[in-house]
Order: sequence, then structure tokens, then C-alpha cells
Amino acid sequence: MTSISEDSDKEKVRSVSVDLNNDASLVIDIPDALCERDKVKFTVHTKTTLSSFQKPEFSVPRQHEEFIWLHDTIVETEEYAGLIIPPAPPKPDFEGPREKMHKLGEGESSMTKEEYAKMKQELEAEYLAVFKKTVQVHEVFLQRFSSHPIFRKDRNFQIFLEYDQDLSVRRKNAKEMFGGFFKNMVKSADEVLISGVKEVDEFFEQEKTFLLDYSSKIKDATAKAEKMTRSHKNVADDYNHISGALNSTAADNNTAFKKTISVCVLQKLEDRVASDQELKLTELLRYYTRDIQAAKDLLYRRARALADNENSNKALDKARLKGKDIAQAEENQKQCLQKFDKLSESGKKELTSFKARRVVAFRKNLIEMTELEIKHAKVRRLKSNNTLYGSKLSIFLLCQKSLGY
Amino acid sequence: MFLSRLRLPSSEIQSTLTCNGQSAMSGGCGRNPPPFPDNEDQEAELDTQVLDSDDDDDEGEDIFTGARSKPITPTSAPDEGDIFSEEGSYVRSDVHHATNGLHSDEELDLFTEATVELTLTNTTSQGRREIIGPTASACNTTRVPNSILKPSIVTKTMEELEEEESGDQFELNIAVTNPEKIGDGMNAYMSYKVSTQTTLPMFLNKTFSVRRRFSDFLGLYEKISAKHSLLGCIIPPPPQKSVVGMTKVKVGKEDSSSAEFVEKRRAALERYLQRVVAHPSLLQDPDVREFLERDELPRAVNTQALSGPGLLKMINRASDAVNKMTIKMNESDNWFESKLQEVENEEQLLRRLHAAVDSLVNHRKELCSNTVVFSKSVAMLGSVEENSALSRALSQLAEVEDKMEQLHQQQAFSDFFILAELLADYVRLLGAVRCCFEQRMKVWQRLQEAQSTLQKKREAEAKLLWANKPEKLQQAKDDINEWESKVSQYERDFERVTCTVRKEMLRFEKEKARDFKQHIVKYLESLLHTQHRLVKCWEAFLPEAKAIA
Repeated sequence: MTSISEDSDKEKVRSVSVDLNNDASLVIDIPDALCERDKVKFTVHTKTTLSSFQKPEFSVPRQHEEFIWLHDTIVETEEYAGLIIPPAPPKPDFEGPREKMHKLGEGESSMTKEEYAKMKQELEAEYLAVFKKTVQVHEVFLQRFSSHPIFRKDRNFQIFLEYDQDLSVRRKNAKEMFGGFFKNMVKSADEVLISGVKEVDEFFEQEKTFLLDYSSKIKDATAKAEKMTRSHKNVADDYNHISGALNSTAADNNTAFKKTISVCVLQKLEDRVASDQELKLTELLRYYTRDIQAAKDLLYRRARALADNENSNKALDKARLKGKDIAQAEENQKQCLQKFDKLSESGKKELTSFKARRVVAFRKNLIEMTELEIKHAKVRRLKSNNTLYGSKLSIFLLCQKSLGY
Repeated sequence: MFLSRLRLPSSEIQSTLTCNGQSAMSGGCGRNPPPFPDNEDQEAELDTQVLDSDDDDDEGEDIFTGARSKPITPTSAPDEGDIFSEEGSYVRSDVHHATNGLHSDEELDLFTEATVELTLTNTTSQGRREIIGPTASACNTTRVPNSILKPSIVTKTMEELEEEESGDQFELNIAVTNPEKIGDGMNAYMSYKVSTQTTLPMFLNKTFSVRRRFSDFLGLYEKISAKHSLLGCIIPPPPQKSVVGMTKVKVGKEDSSSAEFVEKRRAALERYLQRVVAHPSLLQDPDVREFLERDELPRAVNTQALSGPGLLKMINRASDAVNKMTIKMNESDNWFESKLQEVENEEQLLRRLHAAVDSLVNHRKELCSNTVVFSKSVAMLGSVEENSALSRALSQLAEVEDKMEQLHQQQAFSDFFILAELLADYVRLLGAVRCCFEQRMKVWQRLQEAQSTLQKKREAEAKLLWANKPEKLQQAKDDINEWESKVSQYERDFERVTCTVRKEMLRFEKEKARDFKQHIVKYLESLLHTQHRLVKCWEAFLPEAKAIA
């Protein structure tokens, strides 16, 4: 079990979505989380001045499934069809560190105590990093809702925040799983639809092209970024092994080895950089991959509404021709048109603000990442320099000594 | 606290040589080995400044007095400009007695000066025949970037001090360059140019070069080994054969891995020769001289693995191994026992380290390729991005990542050539050290056997006396005399071998410590260089990131 408490680091890492907690009338955060084996229990803490809540400040424990429930409920709400629904947070995945822990346990006999202790420490740090990440992602998810003028008023959202009993969100049974699967199929059909439908509005036409293209590129970039940071971690691990091997030498009469140790130790800063890179850039890319998907979903819904609209127009024309059910068809058509217009209007607003949000997030993230890289590289440089100085000094002193000075 | 400043283009490694004041030698101490007359055309491509032109000024003194006039140390030099011109101004013509001055300058440098120039190494000096690799060969086929030659400072002063210590007064520099493929198909082989530059009187010329192939090097090893290992010398082992590597080269695959293989082998051959000539008694060996000097060497066929002699060798080695297990030496001197244990432990450690460094090199190469791929992906993303400032920033990011890849690449080379090869060399050297100890044991064993034979002969004589058989007595007495002289001969041998092994160990340890230190310094410098470039890259990117609006 690990727990993570109030952590100023979180501020630094929360550059994926910016400015989400501006409005003091509804402030949400996850100050605490507990990890038991596979389950993570988040403590969702709310501070509000809104009258729709019973208390001004309260906390509830929530699990990952309940977040998903919230997301699904909102997606299914018709009213919000014209809005970009914040993407659901991914399931907490401790598989990586857990596997490594397992391997470490197996290989315990083959390494010295110090090495083992050190590797264990590293693994624990990695575990903690994953943990922090998942907390952050869940937090941002909620904050997207709280900062959105429409979502924050959603009744389900408020229940989620407030209801201190177990929400008893049952697991999706087989039928619902299948339904979900079917929905995905429909979605891919939507992709065809969306490219097929004739778009009248230029704004949406542009958005469509852009989003489709961008989505594939960002997915690609995310995958490559992940690979790269993984390699970087491997390199850092190797330095660990090297310094471990050196540390275990008992007969350390060769001071050259000592020097190498300090070199390798300093190279462990590589590890830090790898984690930071990972956190910053990869997270950003990952998040926006999901967000772009949410934006695309909005377009799909609108496209469907457009198709519906056209169909209803055709039906009306047919009804008029046939002379039956005209009133019904008219009603239908009116509704479809209304829906479509509403979608288009709110869709435009959402997509525009999405653009701005994305640019700001990228900027903040890239700046932070660069500054971190510079900072770490400078520290490494300084340490290398010092070690180098020390080495040369010792060489010099050695010579002095050998000549009897 | 001090800054380290890096030389700009000239921060390529000067991996070699002292160039002593001969004009033939002057010329770029670029990345090239000793500036041989026929290498002068390469100086053109070096934008580094010529060490030697300054050298010439200072080298007014007698070459044989040992102390070099030019320590290439981090000096309190002006920040910009070229270290070589600085050197010129660093007057050292009266150096032999200037060790004091030398030291005080050193102290000045190390303790007061705020600027440490990391650059040019001029590692070798007179008497110190070792050339710290990696030398970038002037080979055209290799794609090893020049920047693997990192700036390295091994204080010349250290060399000079050793000079005084050892009293050696001569110089010998060796370089192995210009690998060329001769022939075609499966009969092809690589021929290397072995260039020597020396002031030793025993050689015919001052500078000369010959072409040799890999089997020649192995042949040299066989010859030396046959002669000297019995005396208890530590014979440096040659680089290993590699069927896979050579086949690729033979078949003519012009890809990076075969170029890398050739470069690796070239560097290894160079280090091998340098170690050989660093050994005082091996240097005197006529075979070594012949190897360096003679134009055409008879083909060394007994180095092929599957030949008759090759098989014989394998059998011998096997029987040796069995012998080793059965010999239990009564060691009168604990020194040998503990030393051997130390050697074995160290060999284990180095093997582990080597494995770790190897893995590091591979992972870094992987990182390189992943970074390239990522960089392209970011570039694509940038091209799609509609916000122009962000788009620009993303393409800049792609470029930064590209540069990072290059840095990683260089670092990988540096990791490999500085660390991994060093470790691999020493694993083999320690193996040679163990052989040396085994030799001593063999000699001891021979002595024991002789002693026991003598004992038997004496007993036989006693029996004859007792049995009163005078005719055989003379024979017995002759036998005894023969064996007595043998025993005393073997005793002397054993003493001598013991003494030699001791001396060799000491020399070896000193050399090892020095070697490691130098390489670590170089490695640190390469790291420093990389970090520095990294900082520069990111610092250039920061304003772009900030400009996103």
C-alpha cells in the first residue's frame, strides 16, 4: 500500500491542461490516494460556494470505475451532444513496475545487498511516479468538468462529488460490454460517414480535415515518444548496474574505480531526465491524443445530426408527396433541424476554445520540459567537471608523490 | 567553482603524440596519428591549429634529455583562440630543470584559475610510448565520426615526471591506420598501415611504415610468446579473431557495421602494438623490430585456427589446463598467492563491468534510433499544426531531438571506444598475467621434478655402493652430476622467473592504473562535452517554446 499526500510536485506536473482551477466557486482536487494491490482509492476533495451543494467543503473516496461511470453517463446525455466531453482517464497501470519488481525479486540472489537495495529504491520511485501520474490524470478529468460552465451544473457530476455512500457502480455486464463493442463499430462507421457527408459550413469543414490529420499524427508521436523515453530509462539503468558492479568491489585499491563510480552516479541523473521527459512530453501527447478523439467524437455527433437532418428533410418531402403523416414528418424535421443547429453552434464554440486550450498547454509543457532539461544538463555538466577536476588533481598528486615532492 | 570552457571546432581529440621537434613530424596533431610526411594532406581538413609549429620553437633542446618542453595542460590560457598558440607563449625551453616551475604552474592552474580548458591531448611523450586511443584513423571507409575523439587532457607534466622517474630517454610512436581491403571474395583481407616514428638508434630510419595484415599481428604474438613467456613476461594478447566480422568485410558489405568492425579492429591492433613496444624487453626483440620495419613479412600460416599448428596449440592448451589443476605449489612467498587471487578477482569484476558497459552501448544505440524516429514524428505533427507559432516550435523541437540523436551517437562511440574496449583489453591482459604466473609454476614444477630425479639418482648410487657394483658406479656418478647441474640450473631459472614476474607485475599494475585513469579522464571529458552541447541545444530551443502564442 502506498499513499500519496499533498504534493507540490503535482503543481509542476499539471501542465497538461492549464488554468483549470481558476474559478473559486468550485474547486476540486485529489489530495490523497491509496493504492491497494490493484485498486486505487482516490480522495476527491471539493470546495465550493455554489448553493447547489449541501456543504461548502467535503471529501469522498472514489475508485477508478466510478470515474468511468461518470464519463459514460455524461457521454450518453443527449444534451451534451454539442460539447467536447473530457476524455476518460486511463486505468491505473502498475504492470510495468510490478513486473520489474518481480524480476528483481527473482534476481535477488545474484546481486549484492547494496545493489539490491538500490534497485529496489529505484523501482519504488518508478512505482511512485506511475502513481502520481494516475492521480494527476484523474484530477484533471474532474477539473475539466468543474471549469466548464455547462458540465459543472450536471446533476450526475454533483452526485459524484457529493454522495458519500458507495455509488455502487456495477461492473458492466456482458450485454453492456457487447453494447460498448457495438458502439465502437458504429463509431468507425461514423468515420466513413463523416468523410462522406457534404459539409456546408466551412469552419467545420476545416476542423474536420485538421482533426483527422492531427489525430493520426499525434497518436504516432505519442507512441514514438514512449519508445524513446523507455530507451532512455534503459540507458540510465545500465549506469546503475555499472555503479553497482563497481561498488561491490571489495579490494578498492584502485582509485580509478572510485572515480568511475562517481561518474556513473552522476549519470543517474539521466534517469531523472528520462522520467521528467516522460512526464512532460509524453503525457502531454498522450492526453491530447485522447482529447483530439473527444473533439472528433463531437464532429461525429454533429455529422450524424446532419445526416438525420437531411433524412428528415427527405422524409418530409416524401410525406408531402404522399400526402400522409405530414404533421409528424414536419415535427420530426423541425426537431432535427433544431438539434443540428444547436450542435453546430455549441460545437463551434467548443472547438474554438479547444484550439486555444491546446496551444496554451503545449506552450507551458514545452517550456517546462526545456527548462528541466537545461537544469539537469547543467548539473550533470558541473558534476562531470568536478569529477574531472578531481581526477586530474589526483593524477597530478600521484605524480608528485612518485617523485617524492 | 570554475567554468569549463570547451574548444569549438578544435575540440577533437588529439589522441597522439608527441611530436618532437623534427620538421618532418610537424603538422597537424589533428585527429591523426603522428604527422607522417605522407599524411600531410590530411592537415588541410583540420581546422585545428598546429601544435607542432609551436613545438618546433620550444624544441631547441636535446631530444634525449627527456623532459618535454611542452606540457599540454590546462593552462591559465586566454579563453578564446587556439590552444596551440597559447602553448607557444608558454615558454618551456628550460624545462628539464623546470619541474619546479612546472609544478608551480600546475598548481596555479589547478587551484587558482577559473577557467579550465578542456582540450587537446598530447598524451604521449618521450619515453611514454603508449598512445591513448582512440585515434581516428584517416581511413576513408570508416564512418566513425571525428567527434568520437573527444578532447582529453592527460597532463603532459605527468609524462614528464615519469620521464624523470624511469630515466628513459627515447621515443617511439606507433600508429595503425589506413585499413584497405586487398583482393576479393573469400580470399580478401584487410591490410593495415603500421607507421612508426622513433628516435631509437636500433631502427634504420626515423620514420617508416609498412603494411601488415591481421595474421601478421597474430604471427608476431606467437613468436614473442614462444620466446618470452617462458621467462615470465606478461605478453600483451592480440585482438581476437572474428570469423563473422571478417566474413562480412570479405563479402564486401559496405554497411556501417562492417565499417565499425574494421575501425574496432584497427584501434585494437594499434593498442596491441603500443603495449608491445611499451614493454622494455619486448621492444628489444628482433622479431618486433622486423615486424615494424621489414617490408615484406613471410605469411604467418600457423595462426589459422584449423591448421596443424593451430590444433597442436589447442591440445597444448588443454593439457596445460589439466596440469594446472594438478599442480599444488608450495608457495614460499605469499606475495604470489595473494597477487594471483587479486588478479582473478579483478578479472571477474572487469568482466561484469564490460558486460554492463556493453549493454549501455547497445541501449544508447537504441536510444539513438528511437530519437530519430521520434524527431521525424514530431516534425510531421508540427507540419499539421494549424497554430503557426506552435507549428514552428514543434519543428524546432524535431531539430533539437535530431541533434540529441547525434549527441547520443557520439556518446555511444565514446562509451565504446573509451570504456568498453579498455575493459575488454584488460580482461584479456589479466588472462595473460595469469598465464605468466602459470609459467612460473611450470618452472617450479620442472625444478621439483629435477630435484626428485636427482634424489632418485642419489638413491640409486647409494644402492650401487651398497651392492658393490663399481662398474655402474661411474655411470651413476655421472648421472648425479648431470642432474645436480640441471637442478641448479632450474633453481636459477626459477629465481629469475620469480624475479621477472614480480617486476612485470609491478610494471603492469602501474601501467594499468595509469591507463585507467587516463581513460576515465577522457570519458569524463566526453561526457562533459556532450552535456555542454546538450545545454546549448535546449537553451536555443527555449525562446522558441516561449514564443508560442
